[in-house]
Amino acid sequence: MKKVFLITALSVTALLCVVAQVKKPQPKVAVNNPAASIERGKAVYQKECLSCHQADGGGVPHLNPPLYESTNVVGDKKKIIAVVLRGMTDRVPIDGEYYSNNMAPHPELTNVQIADVLTFIRASWGNKASIVTPAEVQAVRGVKKK
Amino acid sequence: MKMYVTSVLLLAATASFANCSGGDSTKAMKTNTAIIADADNAGLKLPSGFGALKVAENVGRARHLTVTPQGNVYVKSSKLVDGKGILEVKVNASGKGEVVKSFGTFTGTGITIKNGYLYACSDEQVFRYKLDANNGVINADAPEVVITGLINRRQHENKTVALDDAGNIYVNIGAFSNSCQEKDRSNGSKGMMPCPVLDSAGGIWKFKADKLNQTYGDGVRYATGLRNVVGLHWNTQTNSLFVMQHGRDQLYQNWPQFYDSLASAELPSECMFEVKQGSNCGWPYTYYNHLLGKKMVAPEYGGDGKKVSEDPAFQNPAAAYPGHMAPNDILFYTGNQFPEKYKNGAFIAFHGSWNRAPLPQKGYFVVFQPFKNGKPSGDWEIFADGFSGKEVVTSTRSAEHRPCGLSQGPDGSLYVSDDSKGTIYRILHSGK
Ligand code: HEC
Repeated sequence: MKKVFLITALSVTALLCVVAQVKKPQPKVAVNNPAASIERGKAVYQKECLSCHQADGGGVPHLNPPLYESTNVVGDKKKIIAVVLRGMTDRVPIDGEYYSNNMAPHPELTNVQIADVLTFIRASWGNKASIVTPAEVQAVRGVKKK
Repeated sequence: MKMYVTSVLLLAATASFANCSGGDSTKAMKTNTAIIADADNAGLKLPSGFGALKVAENVGRARHLTVTPQGNVYVKSSKLVDGKGILEVKVNASGKGEVVKSFGTFTGTGITIKNGYLYACSDEQVFRYKLDANNGVINADAPEVVITGLINRRQHENKTVALDDAGNIYVNIGAFSNSCQEKDRSNGSKGMMPCPVLDSAGGIWKFKADKLNQTYGDGVRYATGLRNVVGLHWNTQTNSLFVMQHGRDQLYQNWPQFYDSLASAELPSECMFEVKQGSNCGWPYTYYNHLLGKKMVAPEYGGDGKKVSEDPAFQNPAAAYPGHMAPNDILFYTGNQFPEKYKNGAFIAFHGSWNRAPLPQKGYFVVFQPFKNGKPSGDWEIFADGFSGKEVVTSTRSAEHRPCGLSQGPDGSLYVSDDSKGTIYRILHSGK
């Protein structure tokens, strides 16, 4: 009896591992097809971000920053992934301006959704920066905030 | 081009000034000025018989303004210009002006004149400057601190003031939150119960106008449940305070199970409240729906977009306007220059929305709200439009000008400030 139980338990764990492994490398979708990622990212943007950052990415003067002509948006991906995951209430000047709204954290978005929306932003309104992959999002998600 | 000849007859009687935001200089003067409206009426669309000119441009980031009985303008800027946040515009006989003096090393929004003092706000303090007989500032480098230590946690940080005729000053302290959620602006996050923000913000506080260095303990919370007020005005006809509340954002973004994007664009209403000691205007527990004419329970507090609030603790608005238009100032017109229908009615400067997608943005105009016997009476109408310079504003940044502050000049002209390009507008009536 004991043995059988042990074996079953093991195989279930093994199965879970396989499932987890199958699930993890979905970044391929985004990496291989940036156009599809941008398209999906646009939908995420419209639902989650557009109200504050506006349809043209221009933001709202003194309230929400623009996502074009921004050093950070086309800069270090880790930084902007963290902004989406954990929000931003730093009140530090962004490209010389202060913005008084709070950017809410969006941990409920999946790695793929965050990768998509940032890939979309980094390819829109004159921005021409590299894609963001779900693996890169996961890497930041895994790091605890200091 | 139209010519507006306004006969400015300023009598020595202080009584005639009691109603105007320009304070109470007792200096007698009598001038006949020919004010010429700009050929394009400063780019504004106005009712027939009205004209407008740009008094000055690039006057900082002009938030609120106040016109002296001499016709000069003090502007509070939310950005320092050469290190200074208050700009004095001297206006010549043809109505054009330029900055002749700047002082005050703080940014902010509120500014007004009362009883020989210029009151000006930073986002934490209220200062005052003594004025001379010509309403020039005497102690430009040494203002007195009237109120200090007010909460500024970035959101809704603007402070503005109104004064009554009994020696009191009222200051708005905006809530540092959208809807008092456990996690501000986060999807599905519940409201805190009771909302702790209301202890120190989300309302109007009353202090003494001539006592220095007051802080929370010296004042009283006059009205609560007001998320963010920028425009407030003491109505000398009703002898009461009227305030304009900016309603909460993101009904759809945070609660998609209850609202679609169109409902969230139109709701909640921007509200005018007449407040008294003890008024509770409902935020964050309720919001107003002008389409239904009802107070609604907020989704953070058990609402679902349909649940009406019958709670009598929460006051109904005096008037309500479409969502997110951002009313940044209100002024009761007491002048004699405009036609009779405007007398004692309210002008409201709507800064313009950013939060009405997928609909076009709305506001960016000055509204007239008719009043009768001290109550709103009849539909509001757009009085001055065209500030944005666009037929349709789809994105806030594309608006050229955004109306923010209002003041009445000694001749009954209406002055409007624009905090986008720092334009000071003057609107006149031809007298016909
Ligand atoms: C409630 C309004 C709001 C929403 C919704 C919002 N943001 Fe923001 N966002 C802000 C504000 C405000 C800041 C700046 C915060 C600060 O200065 O501390 C910001 C900052 C950022 C930055 C950093 C910009 C820079 O130049 O450093 C990025 C990137 C960003 N947001 C992306 C997004 C994305 C992607 C979404 C949707 C998933 C989103 N935002 C949703 C208000 C918002």
